[in-house]
Amino acid sequence: MKRVFTSPFLWLGVAFFVVLAAWPMATNDPTLREDLFLILMFITMALSLNIILGFTGYVNFGHIVFFGLGGYMGIYVMSILHWGLFTAMLVGGISASVLAFILGAIILRLRGAYFALATIGINEMMLAFVSNFKPFGSGIGLSLDFGVYKAYGGAGKALWLSFILLAIAALLAFIITFVLKKSKFGLGLMVIREDEDAAMVMGIPTPTFKNLAYTLSAFLPGVVGVLYFFKNGNIEPGEAFNLEMSIEVLVMIMLGGFGTVSGPVIGAALYEEIRSWLIVNPLLQSMHLVVAGILLLAIILFVPIGVVGWIRQRLPLVRRYLE
Amino acid sequence: MSINTLAASIIDGLLIGFVYGIAAMGLTLIWGVMEVINLSHGALIALGMFGALLAVQSFGLYPYLAFILVAAFGLVLGIIVYSIAIHRILDAPDLTTLLSTFAVSMIIIGAGTAAFTTSPRNIEFSLGSVNVGSSIILGTKVVAAIIAIITTVLLYLFLYRTRTGKSIRAVANNRAAAELMGIPSTKILALSFGIGTLLAMGSGALIATLFPFTILSGSTYELKSFVIGVLGGLGNPAGSLVGGLILGFIEGLIPNFMDTSWTPVIEFALFVLILLVKPQGLFGSEE
Repeated sequence: MKRVFTSPFLWLGVAFFVVLAAWPMATNDPTLREDLFLILMFITMALSLNIILGFTGYVNFGHIVFFGLGGYMGIYVMSILHWGLFTAMLVGGISASVLAFILGAIILRLRGAYFALATIGINEMMLAFVSNFKPFGSGIGLSLDFGVYKAYGGAGKALWLSFILLAIAALLAFIITFVLKKSKFGLGLMVIREDEDAAMVMGIPTPTFKNLAYTLSAFLPGVVGVLYFFKNGNIEPGEAFNLEMSIEVLVMIMLGGFGTVSGPVIGAALYEEIRSWLIVNPLLQSMHLVVAGILLLAIILFVPIGVVGWIRQRLPLVRRYLE
Repeated sequence: MSINTLAASIIDGLLIGFVYGIAAMGLTLIWGVMEVINLSHGALIALGMFGALLAVQSFGLYPYLAFILVAAFGLVLGIIVYSIAIHRILDAPDLTTLLSTFAVSMIIIGAGTAAFTTSPRNIEFSLGSVNVGSSIILGTKVVAAIIAIITTVLLYLFLYRTRTGKSIRAVANNRAAAELMGIPSTKILALSFGIGTLLAMGSGALIATLFPFTILSGSTYELKSFVIGVLGGLGNPAGSLVGGLILGFIEGLIPNFMDTSWTPVIEFALFVLILLVKPQGLFGSEE
């Protein structure tokens, strides 16, 4: 473990997140903060999805379920039971993990494309269920009373608070991913990815390992869901369980590099930048989805290992600094 | 609620079930032959809807003639998509083909949104209606169901009676062995993807005569196709038709007992359940 915490890559990464969080605070720029909020959110989502997708090799289209459920639970306890933000974040994270644990025990028996299909099914089932679930406000969803923000020094301060908390969550996701990759548990997951039957023969308790990875990957999306919808002030089913967003997070991981630590970070930042550039570009505005699709197709066909994978392959010297 | 309304809504559901069936057949054929889950399926269905709209509105074609044109276009488009986006990565891990077909979907939806916006459209077309007790069944639904059945029969004759069709089944069964027997597997795979696309776009053209639609409507039918594909067994085209009928039956039945908005909850719960208990489909055999 000692070698893990003296790795130059880990501290470079920590510095990166600190700079990212401090930058809008130093310049006191709310627009920059909103941009970075989205980027940090996608970084956390991509890093956590990478645990089950990149390390364990299970294609999960339902990652957004944990974001949506966490968000709903958090907003529910804040608006109906009047609990605080920090408790709500814990509630969101834990309920997402509990759901993942139960689901994992059931669906992780499926392999390959069948697992991927089941996760699509679960996403749509949750969307349809929450749209009908009365305590969660059915199709209209839940909204926070404006007075909630008073406890955090007004709406303006609350926005800064949620940004800082999100930056901490993103940093946590980064550290967890790095430690996981260097741990024996992480190694076990990667063996499962390469050959699950061989992993079983080698004595890895695959069902437990897979389910732990799935449960772990669900926690931070739940927390991020609470922060995102706390910032928005309301939550509704279509936004909480948006299958498109699940797939976007997958694309970010592919773009950055599947199964690496920095890949999801770089992929998420790059994807957000490219997308916002396309949306504001007058020439490509109406065609931004087409350009993004062509870009994705080109990456998959020609650079399937992603940006980080490609750099590591070409420049062996930087491997120590780029996990 | 009377038996009459119940019967009418079930008949209505079953008629639509046939159309769902051929949509799902496109998905399941591609899965059966090359083990690719085609995430552009919904976008292709939507493209079929707009193809039919364009043919009817701009060229004044009869809607069912438009169906044939759209289906033929689908065959060509499918072969093109296969050569560009699928062939290179056919043997790559699942994630790769899932994402490449998703990229195709993004391109189609993006171009479609730019060209047609996302406002709802419909094809003005009526064939009268039949009264069943106190309820009405639209003529267009009956014709759409008949066309779906004819399409299925033709597909079966093709797969079981022609040499090319037999080659498709051979490649689905064992690609390496089929190649050793001299079957040009690349051509057969491209053709299968073309037929899958033909079925997707054709079903889109049929659905367009029944309901209003937008460029984003395809995703609903894509999800239904997944449910049906799993019900009938992925890779089993005949199972798709039965799966479609089951789904249509559920959709006809449920609104009689509870809020229509609960239908997807039940459908997807069934979907996950079948994946877990019998992933080879209700009619699949143990392998």
